[in-house]
Amino acid sequence: MNQNKTFTLDGKTIPYTEGQTIIQAAMAAGEYIPHLCFNPELKAHGSCKLCTVKANGRQTASCTQQPTPEMVVESDTQELNDERRALLQMLFVEGNHFCPSCEKSGDCQLQATAYVLKMMSPHYNQFYPDRPVDASHPEYLLDFNRCILCSLCVRASRDVDGKNVFALSGRGIKSHLIVNAKSGQLADTDFCDADKAAHVCPVGVILKKRVGFATPIGSRSFDELPISATPHPQGACPVCPRSDAATLPPHPKSRGA
Amino acid sequence: MTINVHYKLTRMSVESDKGSYHQRVFMISPEKTHAEYLDTILAHHQHNANNLLQILIAAQDVHGYIHSDAIDHLSEQMALPRSKIEGVAGFYSFLHLQAAGDYRVLFSDNITDRMAGNIDLMKSLCSQLWVEPGKLSEDGLVCVGTTSCTGMCDQGPGMLVNNIAINHITAERINAIAELIRERVPLSAWPASFFAIEDNIRRRDILLNSQIQPGAALKAMLARGDNATLQEIKTSKLRGRGGAGFSTGMKWEFCRDAAGDAHYVVCNADEGEPGTFKDRVLLNGYADTVFEGMTLCARIIGAKQGFLYLRGEYRYLLPHLQAVLQKRRGQNLLGTSILGHEGFDFDIAIHLGAGAYICGEESALIESLEGKRGTPRNRPPFPVTHGYLNCPTVVNNVETFASTCLITTHGGAWYSGIGTETSCGSKILSVSGDCERPGLYEYPFGVTIAQVLADCGAQDTQAVQVSGPSGVCISADEFNRRIAFDDLATAGAFMIFNQTRDMFEVARNFVHFFAHESCGFCTPCRVGTQLLSNMMDKLADGNGSPYDFTEIEKLNVLLQSTSHCGLGHSACNPVLNTIEKFRPAYDKRLAHKDFIPAFDLDRALSQARQMTGRDDTGAHLESSHESK
Ligand SMILES: Cc1cc2nc3c(=O)[nH]c(=O)nc-3n(C[C@H](O)[C@H](O)[C@H](O)COP(=O)(O)O)c2cc1C
Ligand code: SF4
Ligand code: SF4
Ligand code: FES
Repeated sequence: MNQNKTFTLDGKTIPYTEGQTIIQAAMAAGEYIPHLCFNPELKAHGSCKLCTVKANGRQTASCTQQPTPEMVVESDTQELNDERRALLQMLFVEGNHFCPSCEKSGDCQLQATAYVLKMMSPHYNQFYPDRPVDASHPEYLLDFNRCILCSLCVRASRDVDGKNVFALSGRGIKSHLIVNAKSGQLADTDFCDADKAAHVCPVGVILKKRVGFATPIGSRSFDELPISATPHPQGACPVCPRSDAATLPPHPKSRGA
Repeated sequence: MTINVHYKLTRMSVESDKGSYHQRVFMISPEKTHAEYLDTILAHHQHNANNLLQILIAAQDVHGYIHSDAIDHLSEQMALPRSKIEGVAGFYSFLHLQAAGDYRVLFSDNITDRMAGNIDLMKSLCSQLWVEPGKLSEDGLVCVGTTSCTGMCDQGPGMLVNNIAINHITAERINAIAELIRERVPLSAWPASFFAIEDNIRRRDILLNSQIQPGAALKAMLARGDNATLQEIKTSKLRGRGGAGFSTGMKWEFCRDAAGDAHYVVCNADEGEPGTFKDRVLLNGYADTVFEGMTLCARIIGAKQGFLYLRGEYRYLLPHLQAVLQKRRGQNLLGTSILGHEGFDFDIAIHLGAGAYICGEESALIESLEGKRGTPRNRPPFPVTHGYLNCPTVVNNVETFASTCLITTHGGAWYSGIGTETSCGSKILSVSGDCERPGLYEYPFGVTIAQVLADCGAQDTQAVQVSGPSGVCISADEFNRRIAFDDLATAGAFMIFNQTRDMFEVARNFVHFFAHESCGFCTPCRVGTQLLSNMMDKLADGNGSPYDFTEIEKLNVLLQSTSHCGLGHSACNPVLNTIEKFRPAYDKRLAHKDFIPAFDLDRALSQARQMTGRDDTGAHLESSHESK
């Protein structure tokens, strides 16, 4: 592959190979671009828009946009960070996110990204949607209150597990996650702990039962270092949850499983 | 539920000689009853997952909703996960996964319907039928609600009953409909006059005056040669009539030159932009010309298959369109060896939409054609190289295809001589709102707003919304502006508002439309359109302050720069436009100079007051602001 192609990210020269997206090349070079619906192990979706950058002056999602030679990419600017903060605030008010009582607190990418981007309040009026939890499964709990519709679990189940346990239904603000069962209950699907889909949720929806506080608050993924400061070995993002932890270097702060 | 029981009962009575009531109930398993009709539908659609949406629409016709057991059968027969089927069905507003009534009544809720009193008519129907809007009646008979513009603004207020259009709704008609529903008269036995739909062509120019004989344009192309015909289309400077205005000749050329296993032609008849209804009339009166335009394109790009994507609201056109296609096959204008030319094989299938404006966006339309949720794709790549089944695909508007026939028969130079330098040919406007003669007006490009207003008999006009909610709102001092790509570009909508209209309510209606139609894929549009709706409702409630304007402007910048597709990009336009041009309509609502929360403590207590039957001063909080 042609290794000498480069673009600049906030003035730094970033090498890239054909087929890589801006965020992939940036991660490989150890640069952080905020993201939520992107996980290096899954096909990009481009829906949360947190990773929006200015590429040659045009705003675009860096997880789906491929760089061109000498492209000038801006990411860590006041304007873009303001917009990202507004997007985060939208996600916070759209669902029911009560961080202090959430067992994902400290391991949650939404929360950690909000810290990095200095989000001080939800700003908009809360929607307080009514989203019942699904505790039917013996090993897992689904708390839809926190779902940000990133579809990572959908992609993991479909593309990695070959199962289609999860899917998006509804439209617009009524979009919601469904599971592959006539009863609508996770217990009636073939979902299991070994699934990739069990380990990709960036927020606190897909939760393993009985281990919620095995790692105490204070020693969780983002308790010591902010999400932006975790290194990016092998072009993969260590803060994105993954199931094949055994084959990869241990996570900076294990999330308990 | 009720319908399902109905269905079983009819089956039982037919077979009642074969066993007692109880035996029958247990012997006809739901799976079996669903399998019976589903297998016919599945066979018709070759069990093909690309036809999932069409299969679901057909399945819903049987019971009025898609039964949970039916999904089992489809899932098994099509080897598709249930989650996928439910995900698709859940996207389209005309598909139901729960019983939705034997009669499903949807009032068109465009601003023009509002101006014609649709809400009072809906309330009247609801009270006569003892139902609440949006809720299924307890006996499962009827559900009454609203839907986005049904494309009948020239003859509104409009409604759909079981997806079939009824217009010119009056109080008398509502009384009659209430009676018909109460008496459970099947839709097919309702008075035929209810279903009459007018064309209302008021001004004809080159396209609406044309009387191209079926096959004439194809013969002209075959005589001239494919390349030369493409050249004529380029010479004509024809630009897309669906909104974006891309050069049609270039689109066809890019597609022809793109490598792929197959090439496809798609006609976009989704016509979802509120206030637009010209494609409806073209498909009714000029279907041959539209299909012939698609066939010209097929020959030039090398396509064997074409699709017409027809919005669900225009379903009543389906039999007519199928008949035209059938006639064309008989005339050897479709099928194999068209007009005797070896290798010129092409046919057209019609796919129905099911109530989703976003499916007018070309990449969402293609997703929908493939039987999926109508979510816009990441672009690039564009449909010309990666469209239907990832093959090179031309997507054009109905009017665009019809225009290519004119160009092929009359020549590109002739066509480019009409209109203005940069906007050649004619444009059909869908005129509605406050005027004496709503309907279709075709003009050469360059016509002024004032001219159109004079022609349609509009008086005391305050504003015109050009190109629908995603377009632009024009005030009286701009009526000398022209319909043209470099001035007022338009997909055709032309909604007129006289001095008595409240432009704030116009904008609020449009904002609600966008929130309802956002596909929900990307954060800024999914949440942002809802926030904007809430803000407009807050202003309408009298809780607005200048602070809210700053918020709306910030939302606009965010949606413009981060949304995934055109819907999100234009969702704030109606508000920004009207704030700029009709500020007094907003100022009226700004009772406060300082920020006021949407939440009113005293009003929140009203329920408690109601329950306790108290209304003394002690039961009131001193409100932070007067609620009105
Ligand atoms: C939200 C949205 C809705 C659209 N709806 C329609 C539509 O109903 N009909 C249409 O022809 N084009 C519609 N378009 C434009 C199409 O994406 C596409 O540009 C057009 O069909 C191309 O045909 P043309 O070049 O002949 O105009 C829409 C675009 C967007 C962003
Ligand atoms: S459950 Fe988690 S992974 Fe799945 S869509 Fe919701 S937030 Fe994303
Ligand atoms: S802008 Fe709106 S309609 Fe377009 S992809 Fe995003 S959510 Fe869907
Ligand atoms: S990370 Fe790129 S859009 Fe979500």
